[in-house]
Amino acid sequence: MRQDPAEYDTRYWRIRGPRGRGRIKGLFGIPSPGYPMYDVAIIGGGVVGCAIARELSRYRLRAVLLERQEEVGFGTSKSNSGIVHAGHHASPDTLKGRLEYRGNVLFDSLHKDLDFGFRRIGELLVAQEEGELPVLERLKRQGEAKGVPGLEMWDRERLRREEPNLSYRLVAALHAPTAGVINPYEFAFALIESAVANGVELKVCCPVEGIEAVGGGLRLRTPQGPVEARFALNCAGIFSDQVAGMLGLKDFSIRPRKGEEYMLDKRLQGLVRHLIFPVPTPASKGTLIIPTFDGTLMVGPTAEDTDDRGDLTTTYEGSDKVFAFIRRICPSITERDTITEFAGLRPVSDTDDFIIGPTRVKGFINVAGIQSPGLTAAPAIAEHVLGILKGERLPLEPRDDFRPRTPGTPHFAALDPEERERLIAEDPRYGRVVCRCELVTEAEVHRAIDHGARTLDGIKFRTRAGMGRCQGGFCTTRCMDILAERLKKPFHEITKRGEGSWIATPMTDDA
Amino acid sequence: MLGRLEKKYDVVVVGGGPAGMGAALGARDSGAGRVLILDREPDPGGILLQCVHSGFGLHYFKEELSGPEYAERFLAKVVDRDVDVVPDSYVSGIAVDSDGSKRVRLMGAAHGIRTIQARSVVLAMGCRERTRGAIRIPGTRPSGVLTAGLAQKLVNMKGVLPGRRVVILGSGDIGLIMARRLTLEGCEVLGVFEIMPYSNGLTRNVVQCLEDFGIPLQLSTTVAYIHGRERVEKVTVAPLGPGFKPEMSKARDIPCDTLLLSIGLIPENELSQSLGIELDRITGGPEVSSTLETSMPGVYACGNVLHVHDLVDFVTNESLLAGRFAGERAQGIRRPADNIHLVPGDNVRYCVPHTLSPEREHTIYMRSKKAMKPCVLRVGNLLEKKLRFVVPAEMIMLKIKPDLLERFQGDSLRIDIHEESGGEEPHG
Repeated sequence: MRQDPAEYDTRYWRIRGPRGRGRIKGLFGIPSPGYPMYDVAIIGGGVVGCAIARELSRYRLRAVLLERQEEVGFGTSKSNSGIVHAGHHASPDTLKGRLEYRGNVLFDSLHKDLDFGFRRIGELLVAQEEGELPVLERLKRQGEAKGVPGLEMWDRERLRREEPNLSYRLVAALHAPTAGVINPYEFAFALIESAVANGVELKVCCPVEGIEAVGGGLRLRTPQGPVEARFALNCAGIFSDQVAGMLGLKDFSIRPRKGEEYMLDKRLQGLVRHLIFPVPTPASKGTLIIPTFDGTLMVGPTAEDTDDRGDLTTTYEGSDKVFAFIRRICPSITERDTITEFAGLRPVSDTDDFIIGPTRVKGFINVAGIQSPGLTAAPAIAEHVLGILKGERLPLEPRDDFRPRTPGTPHFAALDPEERERLIAEDPRYGRVVCRCELVTEAEVHRAIDHGARTLDGIKFRTRAGMGRCQGGFCTTRCMDILAERLKKPFHEITKRGEGSWIATPMTDDA
Repeated sequence: MLGRLEKKYDVVVVGGGPAGMGAALGARDSGAGRVLILDREPDPGGILLQCVHSGFGLHYFKEELSGPEYAERFLAKVVDRDVDVVPDSYVSGIAVDSDGSKRVRLMGAAHGIRTIQARSVVLAMGCRERTRGAIRIPGTRPSGVLTAGLAQKLVNMKGVLPGRRVVILGSGDIGLIMARRLTLEGCEVLGVFEIMPYSNGLTRNVVQCLEDFGIPLQLSTTVAYIHGRERVEKVTVAPLGPGFKPEMSKARDIPCDTLLLSIGLIPENELSQSLGIELDRITGGPEVSSTLETSMPGVYACGNVLHVHDLVDFVTNESLLAGRFAGERAQGIRRPADNIHLVPGDNVRYCVPHTLSPEREHTIYMRSKKAMKPCVLRVGNLLEKKLRFVVPAEMIMLKIKPDLLERFQGDSLRIDIHEESGGEEPHG
């Protein structure tokens, strides 16, 4: 499976040779020991790493993204509130405050090119008492100063008219029309797909286990062999301080802040039309009501600091807190409506801001501490990092063959009858329903695999098969069958989300 | 005929499990000419296909059959009676025209998107299992937490095991049957934990699937925490204290790799709801008249989509009836409207059907709220029946003769179950 280094190397020379960039041979003064030298290695395939990869793919560079899990986007990037913030929440004195609004603006063109689930449904920051009104006013001024368009104060009557299911006790709201909801995992998948289509290499199941400075570059130790690069971007999320620590860099630390989220039954669809935010606290933006892109309501997140970087547990305390809070804002939501819950970890740095920039190790650049609004800021972070690389003298020559558009895959459930008919006529597998709760067809499962799904969760996050009210009770075996057939693996080798998460085991022969 | 799809039918049945096949036969028995079954799976038979254990058909075929055998016999009968069966077809909606006729919209790999005309429709979509989300067990989200029915499918249809060291939460019948099945396959079943103070499965299953294999059943106990990052590593079980909350001071950990959930079944009424059909809050199924007609005229319901049954034979009886009335209606035969409402009284959780007519004999299906023995079942002041015991897990079936109802003056008939001596109410 692993390519023979020598052969790989030859290919590398062949590819690079004709471009005549003249900085290949004897690059940085180190003769390559048989491994390819990349211009940039991205450590971590969350939305931030994927956004940077996609941005880099516009240029004539050799870039690689190393992801420790079986698929990209399987960490914090898939377990968050799925919100593209309007940009008025964070102070412009912080880096996150500056990149948040720019990120929001960049989403329009990204959405057009990459076709992931994204819609600007607008946000309402609701005040539960008169005493909170000054906060709303302050955030409105802060947003306007940054250029956030359309911010508007709604009085009680307007709020009731627009959101009749919210508590009548609410006194006012700040409306931000450019806030949106997004399927964050689709965003990560679309970014990496576009990056790979434009020449970035992706290595999955490839955790970085050690880093050393060699000559003018960095050598990253991985289970798939060493990877050498002139620049390494530390996009390792909740592990980014540990990755920096591999080079003896100890100037920041990450403490995960856990957020629990609760998905509600689809019958509540339409209960609220906007993202509903309470007045924020220093630790978080508070507990929200999120009408997700797919129409399912979600409530959360909590905000609990934890020392365990694998702590993705949900708790009685968390759910009690979420529902007790939400009931005050939207009385018709109860915990009995829950169909599933999950938790994610915000990589909160000890500076409480994004940490983006070069370090004292030449070529090693941190892109760390990307907590909320990291998803919103991701496209702007990518821009910002490209600027840093340029400042570090990485030549950025645009590729003339860059293809910005990657068509998304059709979601059958979202199509009108004529389109459905056309698809079935083209491919009868569109007529075969695999997941009845979310109306996912066999063709979509195949498309998901074509687009990189390797696990049951990979299928789920691309198609929604298994996300509905039966939570995979009916479709699990169908999806596993298709995966087994396509990946040419035995049925029992299909996993939920990669190594260790096996679903079935063979029967003992002597039974 | 298998796979044949016409444009117009007298009766269209949604679902090809035991209820759907029973309804199709009932419709043919009534004289309806054109009958169609639409099933979303590649093979009709519904959940029977994964129930390889025996115990089916004792009432209906007078023989002990396995699930697939029961399904096969029925399918043969259905096809033999010239019913059209289209598998792999998904009903996406039903519309009702002003003249009462129905248009059933379906899609499938073989036929694309089609709209079929129907005079009557029988809903027989069955039920689904409650999942972890519905009871919100705290902890991690590893693989290895699955419903008992999915485990049954893995073992019986895919020939693989869901795990090797298994804890079962909930004592529903599928969980009990899987406890035995997995033990026979060499797995270690470490215990069945039930949140209620009584088993939710049939007594015969508790005896044959747990007691005979020495598998412990602990009542009033729940799984309070799931551990393990990628795969289940252990679960914490705890007895329930006041307010149904687990008492963590008495909790203990059980190392295991699998947690099966058998915590209840939910009738799949999303299609019914889209039609605006009235549902019963307790059963989760449609409210039906004594002809098993829902609040939407010409739309009938039977089997687990109506209320969750314990035995497939009862499903079959109910479905034959629903099919018969649906078939009659398609031929223009109308029955007198029901004029008696059934009211679940003391220790009665629900009754199906919801209304009766003095015109004919009825079978009433009901469940008790709690266990009682010995006890008396009273239907208004019309009827008293002594029962050796009642438990919520076992459906009670009661036949009522028309002459009894003819004597009844009034519009609401209350059904109570009282302890035989010194009951909750004095004897009237």
